[in-house]
Amino acid sequence: MTAITSAAPMTDDPRRSLGSYAMIGLLVLAAALPFLVGKSGWISNFTFLQLSLMIVYAIAVLGLNLLTGFNGQISLGHGAFFAVGAYTAAILIDQYSVNAWLTLPIAAILCFVIGYLFGLPALRLEGHYLALATFGLAIAVPQMLKYRHLEPFTNGVMGINLIKPDPPFGLPLSSDQWMYLAVLVVAVFMFWMARNLLNSRPGRAMTAIRDHTMAAGTMGIDTSRYKATVFGISALYVGVAGALHAIIFEFVSPDSFRFELSIAILVGAVVGGVASLPGAVIGGIFVQFIEKYADAMTKKISQAIHLPLELQPWTLYGLTLIVLIYVMPGGIAGGLAMLWAKIKPRQGG
Amino acid sequence: MTHIKRRTVLAGLGAFAVTPVFAPAIAQKRYDEGASDSEIKIGNIMPYSGNASAYGVIGRTSEAVMKMVNENGGLNGRKINFITYDDGYSPPKAVEMVRKLVEEDKVLLVFNPLGTPSNTAIQRYLNTRKVPQLFVATGASKWGNPRQFPWTMGWQPDYATEAAIYAKHILANNANAKIAVLMQNDDYGKDYFNGFKAGLGAANQKNLVQVSTYEVTDPTVDSQMIQLKNSGADVFFNITTPKFAAQAIKKAAEINWKPIHYLNNVSSSFASVLKPAGIENSQGIIIALYRKDANDPQWANAPDIAAWKAFMAKYMPQGDIRDDGHNYGFSVAHTLLQTLKQAGDNLTRENVMKEAANLKNYEAPLLLPGIKINTSATDFYPIQSVQLARVKGESFELFGNVLSNESV
Repeated sequence: MTAITSAAPMTDDPRRSLGSYAMIGLLVLAAALPFLVGKSGWISNFTFLQLSLMIVYAIAVLGLNLLTGFNGQISLGHGAFFAVGAYTAAILIDQYSVNAWLTLPIAAILCFVIGYLFGLPALRLEGHYLALATFGLAIAVPQMLKYRHLEPFTNGVMGINLIKPDPPFGLPLSSDQWMYLAVLVVAVFMFWMARNLLNSRPGRAMTAIRDHTMAAGTMGIDTSRYKATVFGISALYVGVAGALHAIIFEFVSPDSFRFELSIAILVGAVVGGVASLPGAVIGGIFVQFIEKYADAMTKKISQAIHLPLELQPWTLYGLTLIVLIYVMPGGIAGGLAMLWAKIKPRQGG
Repeated sequence: MTHIKRRTVLAGLGAFAVTPVFAPAIAQKRYDEGASDSEIKIGNIMPYSGNASAYGVIGRTSEAVMKMVNENGGLNGRKINFITYDDGYSPPKAVEMVRKLVEEDKVLLVFNPLGTPSNTAIQRYLNTRKVPQLFVATGASKWGNPRQFPWTMGWQPDYATEAAIYAKHILANNANAKIAVLMQNDDYGKDYFNGFKAGLGAANQKNLVQVSTYEVTDPTVDSQMIQLKNSGADVFFNITTPKFAAQAIKKAAEINWKPIHYLNNVSSSFASVLKPAGIENSQGIIIALYRKDANDPQWANAPDIAAWKAFMAKYMPQGDIRDDGHNYGFSVAHTLLQTLKQAGDNLTRENVMKEAANLKNYEAPLLLPGIKINTSATDFYPIQSVQLARVKGESFELFGNVLSNESV
């Protein structure tokens, strides 16, 4: 994992503030979208659901980014925390009639505790050993959800159906549009927290551990406690994403959280750019769209160019990945930053 | 809102019309989303990929039936637009695809979605949105519950009844049978199993010597089969979907276990179950049928079999005629056509449901003689009769009478 590079240094040059204005503008536009569209049906509720899912995956990818990109640990098992978050929300809403929004902090705390406890022994493991231990978690959790004695809570393989909350105060929105707004607000909060964390003393300690664990230890950083805490925080992020997923998708089942989900989150993180916050957003888009629509795209491409051989959906997905990793080893965010760096001096000259 | 305006105008015109009989016919043209003067949009989800992909031919067959209808002038002058998506037998994917059908494609109804887990996952959504979930491709007994789910209706005989019929047949032949059961661990498996236990009755539960389960995501059922053989059972009730049914039959032969074998109807296909398992390994298997087996010489001259064969030759020339999915798809698609025909020009979702619950002695093509489709506002179980059959050579040999559900 030598290819990991830090995000651009935080300086106060004018270009940066321009960038943050642009970002705020984009956010305002994103938030205004449901109000602009209203009930005209110009953007369908299904599209809003997909936009929401995209944001949810961005939060999950951000969680893994904190762990992998900023702390240098690999996890192949974050789908498990996603599942724990989702089931926490689903069971609380379904069986105890807890308000949907209250389940978010509960899922967050629970996932933090589980992540921290899992992190304590597991993080004595390094590199690929840790990857395998977490992978085991990803495989075990869907099976555990089917466990017979848990069935009164989890409803086994059949899963749990939920109904998402209606918009409050008689807002002129459909419930999907309202969910989209709510998810957007949660995501902005989570990203803001992550940025503050990374710009703080503990954040610098995190990256120091990534860059050189031994040197960080020599400087007085309690590396194993830091690692376990970062693992917990990372699990917290993914758990919140899982809870949001359950609420907006209105359904959870063990099948939703197969180990492919863990891989998808990891792929999203790497493709987006592992040590970058905007990279997490790109990763979220990638997880939701490229993967799910590889199938439809494959069909269109084979029809358009009349390929002599039959193209399989996963082939296209795999090829996209290989090309991306070769062309942009720092992920899409890293690639864009590099491109910008190349263009900029020409503009100045 | 344009159609309402036009309807009002037409109704107004109708009031002045010279022929009063003609007027109400025009005034009654009513549509919901997904239906118009020129088109009816039908949505469908099927496992075209994944462990239950053997069922995918059902969706392809329904699609081809609609193509045939369109080429012959459509239904009541309307073209049928059949939109079908892959859900991979995965409930979350089913939820996503059904939402796409309803919200993006704006279909009139969702027809014949396959699988108990997938249908369970989408049932609440479709019932809250008041979109018909019509003739679902699963026989779980919960689909006929109009009081709680007025927008959901089954089609095939329910699993609990079918299983009870097997149980009674087992006991009638050998009251001391030692029974082993293999079942898929979900509501489909449990429905069969609970019906089976009910059929045995409380006094005969001791006859069940071994029950093994598998997950639909498992690669094989080999270890379960060895477990079942070691239980010393002499009767085997096989509650499995096609891929696993074929594996179980084959494995039983490999380990030389020869119980009296009862196979659930959902795996009655020669092409996707009995052939892959080996015809020689499948001889004597007992199964409950409600449709004609195309290979049975006694139906060679039946008009519905001839119509189906002509359809297969023209619209699915590559399809394997021994695959029961083609047979099933043809029959269920015609039940939908009959319902839509009865709905006429009143193509609202409410009226479609009303007509689905108003099928009277409808003889859908390929049903066994004596089996008719009957529904009512309180009876959401269209087919309720089966007949037992044995695998003999490359076809089924029917025996006994047509047996019906006595409870409803």
